[in-house]
Amino acid sequence: MCSYIIDKVRLKGSAKGQGGWLNVDTANVYFDHPYHAPLEHALGIDFVNERDGAPERIAVELSAESARQLALAIMVALKRGAAEHGEAA
Amino acid sequence: MSYLPMKTSMVSFTGHNGDTGHAYYARPDVPNKMGGVILIHHLPGWDDWIIESARKLAHFGFACIAPHLYFRNGPGTPDDVGAKVRAAGGVPDDQFIGDTAGCMKFLRAQPESNGKVAVMGYCSGGRHAWLAGCSIDGFNAIVNCWGGGVIVDDPKELTPARPVAPIDLTSKMKAPLIGIFGNDDQRPSPDQVNRSEEVLKKLGKTYEFHRYDGAGHGFFAAERPAYRVEQANDGWQKVYAFLDNNIGPRIRA
Repeated sequence: MCSYIIDKVRLKGSAKGQGGWLNVDTANVYFDHPYHAPLEHALGIDFVNERDGAPERIAVELSAESARQLALAIMVALKRGAAEHGEAA
Repeated sequence: MSYLPMKTSMVSFTGHNGDTGHAYYARPDVPNKMGGVILIHHLPGWDDWIIESARKLAHFGFACIAPHLYFRNGPGTPDDVGAKVRAAGGVPDDQFIGDTAGCMKFLRAQPESNGKVAVMGYCSGGRHAWLAGCSIDGFNAIVNCWGGGVIVDDPKELTPARPVAPIDLTSKMKAPLIGIFGNDDQRPSPDQVNRSEEVLKKLGKTYEFHRYDGAGHGFFAAERPAYRVEQANDGWQKVYAFLDNNIGPRIRA
């Protein structure tokens, strides 16, 4: 399928691209045919800075299961961080 | 025994609003007149697979133009440009129609043209092929390979960029249509394929549908896990025969 499904997540953070570190304010999250990963469909995330016109993107294409594991790992890391550093997870 | 020589070029065409787009153009390198195919890429972009397919169509005797539908969103690699277009909600239908009409003019203006033109697409390009066949006069054949979104069951899928479900335009379809589908696909699902066929039948359109067991979405793409060799080989033969009958005769070595 070409799904047209896309979720935009507003972010505060940085990512490292070809030219070095840059601010990112948006993650475009979708599930569709990957461009590179040898999968029929993939969970894609493009990190971009829309405020600057998104001249560069930092992209990943993950299998559905990998994406679920990543999401869980993020939640676990946030929970541990909250426990050790007191930040709201 | 011999094979057709082939000529390939990057070419320009005049698209929607008079914009100049670029495209890959492959054709048999022979003095004969031949039918032309406009090959529409899928949503992720103007990728190697579409270029390979253009060459395959040329190898089997047709001139093929594969336009980069996202040329306005560059510069950049096709995948980065495709990501920008995805983030913006996809290519607008009216823009696509204008670009495709421009490609039709390009093909007919070539000295090798026999005057006949088909539009063919994969996935979202299959939807585009259906849309073009109902929106632009002058096509001789339409090839829809597993086009999802021809039928729209969720009204949320209708957007300013894609305001109409192509199935609702089918009464305007003038050229014969071939549809290639995998029965394990979910976009289009077998039920949607059946309902598309019902509309074509009810309207008295000339069409042929080929459904394949053991195949899902995109099963022609040999570099992908979805590739199904037997179904793909048979599907390609069906497409060549359909094009031979409707925009041919195809050039043979």
